[in-house]
Amino acid sequence: MSAAGTPLLELEGVSKRFGPVQALDRVDFAVSAGEVVGLVGDNGAGKSTMVKAIAGINTIDDGVIRFEGEEVSISSPQDATGLGIATVYQDLALCDNLDVVNNLFLGREEVAPGFGRASRQLDEVKMEHETADLLSNLAVTIPSLRSEVGTLSGGQRQQVAVARSLLGEPKVVLLDEPTAALGVPQTKQVLALIRRLRERDLGVVVISHNLVDVFEIADRVFVLRLGRSAGNFTASDTTEEQVIGAITGLGDRDKEAQPTEEKR
Amino acid sequence: MSASEAPGAEEAKAKGISPGQAMRRLVQGDLSSVRVVLGLVVIAIIFQVQEPRFLSAQNLTNLMLQITTIGLISVGVVYVLLLGEIDLSVGAVSGLSAAVMAVLSVSHGWNPYLAIAAAVLVGASIGFLQGSLFSRFAIPSFVVTLAGLLAWEGALLQVLGKTGSLNINDPVITGLANTFYSATVGWIFAAVTIGTYGAVLALGYRKRVAAGLAEGGQLALIVRFVLLAALVIGAVTILNSDRGVPLAVMILLGFVVGMEYIAKRTTFGRHVFAVGGNAEAARRAGIRVNRVRIAVFMISGSMAAIGGVMAASRLFAVNQNSGGNELLLLAIAGPVIAGTSLFGGRGSVWTALLGALVIGSISNGMDLLSLSSAVKLMVTGGVLLLAVLVDAVARQQRQTSGRV
Ligand SMILES: Nc1ncnc2c1ncn2[C@@H]1O[C@H](COP(=O)(O)OP(=O)(O)O)[C@@H](O)[C@H]1O
Ligand SMILES: [Mg+2]
Repeated sequence: MSAAGTPLLELEGVSKRFGPVQALDRVDFAVSAGEVVGLVGDNGAGKSTMVKAIAGINTIDDGVIRFEGEEVSISSPQDATGLGIATVYQDLALCDNLDVVNNLFLGREEVAPGFGRASRQLDEVKMEHETADLLSNLAVTIPSLRSEVGTLSGGQRQQVAVARSLLGEPKVVLLDEPTAALGVPQTKQVLALIRRLRERDLGVVVISHNLVDVFEIADRVFVLRLGRSAGNFTASDTTEEQVIGAITGLGDRDKEAQPTEEKR
Repeated sequence: MSASEAPGAEEAKAKGISPGQAMRRLVQGDLSSVRVVLGLVVIAIIFQVQEPRFLSAQNLTNLMLQITTIGLISVGVVYVLLLGEIDLSVGAVSGLSAAVMAVLSVSHGWNPYLAIAAAVLVGASIGFLQGSLFSRFAIPSFVVTLAGLLAWEGALLQVLGKTGSLNINDPVITGLANTFYSATVGWIFAAVTIGTYGAVLALGYRKRVAAGLAEGGQLALIVRFVLLAALVIGAVTILNSDRGVPLAVMILLGFVVGMEYIAKRTTFGRHVFAVGGNAEAARRAGIRVNRVRIAVFMISGSMAAIGGVMAASRLFAVNQNSGGNELLLLAIAGPVIAGTSLFGGRGSVWTALLGALVIGSISNGMDLLSLSSAVKLMVTGGVLLLAVLVDAVARQQRQTSGRV
């Protein structure tokens, strides 16, 4: 592990099975504050499953998750959010029929004082204000905060989803394929946004298929293959070929890092 | 007390654009309700040309009374439609709930308010049952409520017993649909409504200015205020020149305004829209999706019961046909005609009122012209199909332009 002290988030021997498919097989993983880890692997390698396990969408079958050194049990999205783990899903999980402000605050709406949370009046002004502040802090420009998210471009939607994840002041942000559907300029914007997350001293995990993108932003590259850890590289002294070897399983002899499952 | 949301106006306020742009966006943002109002004008012209009694104060008052049952049931249906679901049991539930009220009041001599409360409780419980079956076991709402439709109709026959009909004589219950207020009360009602609406608009605007979010858009607000004031004054003038403002209309408006407020201004309402737009996204945002779904079906059942109570009050009776015939389909058709999407996540409670007005006017006008029910049904069916087509085309356009 590159960072000193205890990592923010740590997985040890985490497994997850879907019927006949062993989607995660005794995976060890860690991310520290101010670190961007690129999570790579072939289709079906278990990347999304790993992120969903940390985010509380899938409960794990086996293994230990530690947050700030403490063992935690994450069995719902609320558990993860409560710990300070925010997730931006591959499908973004935005409501296209709601506007930017309402998507950002979905599930944590600001309400006027009163009794009975569900029946209190929404404080739209406060939410719009905070949305504008947050987006300008992140240097994200959206033409109108009151336009439906469904009308925005792919890059704008991605940035809204990232901004949304930051509202709860998380310590760790997980991003599943944030640049997959984007063109070149939009990808640049999203990568810049991820760098700003690192500047805020967050632990960032980014899934990506695009190794060029990964090497552009990641401090460390973690490889999954068929549900197992297949490599853990420091980005600055690793080549794309080494990572590709780990992804495909064809470069085992050249690989520097030991596959973690062999430790057990 | 808020009008249906006009995104254009919000935008205008947020960005401080010119009054001309604000007006255009106001109209565009509220396009579907503008379309429906235009439709109503066309319907009125067609019938008025053929039958001059159509726009008389007496007939307009009748029309308002005729739409209260459908309108009340549609208020609940809107919530179900916002989820992207359907409740086929609302007609049967309205009949059964009214029958329970009638039996308790007539045969058991219950206090009328308690009897009405019992009817609403029946509706809410049925909603709870159907909502739970739908959300816990993932049975399509279509199937659950279709089973409900049959079962509750059977229950209605059971509750009514051998005679198959019960006459209601309690003055409180019959008064619901047969009370008219004096001109003075009517004007007080108008003044309070207009004053409250103005205050809500002004306070909301001041709050936005204070937060630095609003720099323009006063014109759009003034237009909205003037339109509402003109509408209220016009309606009260007409109703006063006949029998006066009916209690039933106040009840309907009260529910429409109250439930629109809940839909658009509260956390619960926001969550209904979110679940209807993207249930998985709502779940990941920490919203307890199943609770929202059950609550919505409870609202639907309760509003059906309230509509049934109103129908019984108008008829002075409950019988085997209560809640039957085309009531169910019209109560669902109304909001859809007026712009609430069948696909979930888009719409407003105002469409319950607007849709009931469209359907009610067509039905009332054709009655005045003594057209057969054959013609009435075919025309209403045609209007519904047209409305659904418009909804589907709008959805396709959103999809091709990248919106889902
Ligand atoms: N909810 C699920 N039910 C059944 N199988 C699943 C589920 N989610 C993922 N899988 C399976 O688990 C494996 C890993 O999937 P995933 O984590 O999505 O891979 P990746 O994101 O790396 O492409 C795949 O074989 C996939 O089919
Ligand atoms: Mg994936």
